[in-house]
Amino acid sequence: MARMATTRRVAISTAAAWLFGFLIFFPILWMGLASFKTELEAFAIPPSFLFFHWTTENYATVQERSDYLHHAMNSIIIAGGSTLIALLIAIPAAWSMAFSPTKRTKDILLWMLSTKMMPPVGVLVPIYLIYKTFGLLDSRIGLVLILCLGNLPIVIWMLFTYFKEIPRDILEAARMDGATIGRELVYVLTPMAIPGLASTLLLNLILAWNEAFWTLNLSTSSAAPLTTFIASYSSPEGLFWAKLSAASTLAIAPILVLGWFSQKQLVRGLTFGAVK
Amino acid sequence: MKHVLGAVCGASCLLLAVPAMAETTLTIATVNNGDMIRMQGLTGEFTKKNPDITVKWVTLEENVLRQRVTTDIATKGGQFDVLTIGTYEVPIWAKKGWLVPLANLGADYDVADLLPKIKDAVSADGKLYAAPFYGESSMVMYRTDLFEKAGLKMPEKPTWDFVIDAAKKLTDKSGGTYGICLRGKAGWGENMAFLSAMANSYGARWFDEKWAPQFNTPEWKTTLTTYVNLMKEAGPPGASSNGFNENLALFNAGKCAMWIDATVAASFVTNPKDSKVADKVGFALAPNTGLGKNANWLWAWNLAIPAGSKKTEAAEKFIAWATSKDYTKLVASKEGWANVPPGTRTSLYQNPDYLKVAPFAKLTLASIDAADPNKPTVKPVPYVGVQYAAIPEFQGIGTQVGQQFSAALAGSMTVDAALTAAQSATEREMKRAGYIK
Repeated sequence: MARMATTRRVAISTAAAWLFGFLIFFPILWMGLASFKTELEAFAIPPSFLFFHWTTENYATVQERSDYLHHAMNSIIIAGGSTLIALLIAIPAAWSMAFSPTKRTKDILLWMLSTKMMPPVGVLVPIYLIYKTFGLLDSRIGLVLILCLGNLPIVIWMLFTYFKEIPRDILEAARMDGATIGRELVYVLTPMAIPGLASTLLLNLILAWNEAFWTLNLSTSSAAPLTTFIASYSSPEGLFWAKLSAASTLAIAPILVLGWFSQKQLVRGLTFGAVK
Repeated sequence: MKHVLGAVCGASCLLLAVPAMAETTLTIATVNNGDMIRMQGLTGEFTKKNPDITVKWVTLEENVLRQRVTTDIATKGGQFDVLTIGTYEVPIWAKKGWLVPLANLGADYDVADLLPKIKDAVSADGKLYAAPFYGESSMVMYRTDLFEKAGLKMPEKPTWDFVIDAAKKLTDKSGGTYGICLRGKAGWGENMAFLSAMANSYGARWFDEKWAPQFNTPEWKTTLTTYVNLMKEAGPPGASSNGFNENLALFNAGKCAMWIDATVAASFVTNPKDSKVADKVGFALAPNTGLGKNANWLWAWNLAIPAGSKKTEAAEKFIAWATSKDYTKLVASKEGWANVPPGTRTSLYQNPDYLKVAPFAKLTLASIDAADPNKPTVKPVPYVGVQYAAIPEFQGIGTQVGQQFSAALAGSMTVDAALTAAQSATEREMKRAGYIK
């Protein structure tokens, strides 16, 4: 009897998990489906779910109209570059705050976060003027810098909380066993910090990939990433839902694939550790 | 090894040679409407004629583009050489000295051929500050089959009384057909474009001669009450979130008996590829109340050169090409006459090939002629613009007022409350900007 109840409970929770998973995934699925419809079918009421005339015409049109690879390459460089630089700056900062906090550590953290409290449009004009003066408008370096600065507070906060969770007792135990600082770093701290680093990296990469304010406003064509590629298909006058869906599907594809593959590593990393 | 070196040298020489040939690179910012996308696709024809010019495109959605381009021009960023701007921006930007007057469009450009109303809208102090790429007004699109079935006949110049009466008669809510579809989504270019034009036909105006807001007048009350009641009785559900695209989808799916919106929609609703009712659409002028003004607006997308550009000569060459009669012929030869950019040149409306494939051409021209941006209202006003007032503050004010009116349509606010809120918001902004004390 007890076993039956358990089985039923497992079945229900599995079904619920699948249902929630489906609900969350549905908009992306719908976008994917719409990208294979004709424009007329894309806005048909009642909508057709799977039984429509499948076509890849939208992808062909999108490819013909804009240079996807150019935009994708810019996205990779901008998102990847800004994430790496942010991590390089944030790791030592979070490390020192987590392991040797001072009286002001909390204030510094709050001050860092406070820079995220202002809407970016508030500093658009000053930043635009600075970029113009330094010739950074429509350059990849310019976008890498601004996204790096924009995401730095979040990266530091995330890493700080991860590093704080590393028990000092383990470090002490390692020292008792005679580990040098170098060994301590490589064999004790790094394996424990990796899950935190990995999830920070991935989250920051996604944030930078999807950032659509600065990338739209500070680029024109040479440095334009995938956000501008999508923006060129949304239109208030005329129905281009299928083409917009095709462009969006293409734009999220790389990051979706990356997330899909790193998901296993992330979960394993999170459950892997000395104390957890 | 020698071969490799030779190949590398050759390749680098080639790489060096390419930029030497293409001396000027134009960066062109444009909105992603169908006609502009077509222009982008035909760039090759322009560069073939001008091998020393290369063209880079920045294609964005209207509102994003407006923000992007305004930031650049206000900071003199110099990122663009050709801008696509609306009739709203042209007079404001020209006054600020942000645009280069177009004086060298070439001998065969034929400025006199531009439609007078559109030409006025892009000129300031007698100088042309932008060249119209396509122009539009608004008109009534209606279902000829439903009108016939109900025994109604649409006059060429309908009155609001007729439209309201017909909308009620044609509504069949259980069958999913609504008498009329109108914009309800808040925004100065969304519901306010329609409502300002409708208000003009009821004798209302945005401001009096001394810039005092006029939402406390009986004319505005009549306009908004009529609109809200009409939409309640004969409009589709959830109309307060419908803009151009939503209504286009409804009309194309056969859900609306009438739709009053941009003339550019005519080519969409009559295209069998996109519309289920393509062969059952008729057109008429936007309604009036007998006061001498129709409820139709005037808009054009235009190409202009920002004052910060260092490549004005090449930019002007491009503008002259894209807005010329030859460009129209080029589009016609590649994609057919139905796809040429409408509403800018008189000669297009005398062209028998165009008139044959565009059943809406006559009404489009009549609608453009019926709107006067310099005298938009029954009573005198201090501003230029039919469905907007061409002052920098209008975008903000128009959107705020639009939100109140959208709330009135949704039923979360009464008409009186919406008008009072609109009046006080507009007064506040106009005082802040120094128009009134």
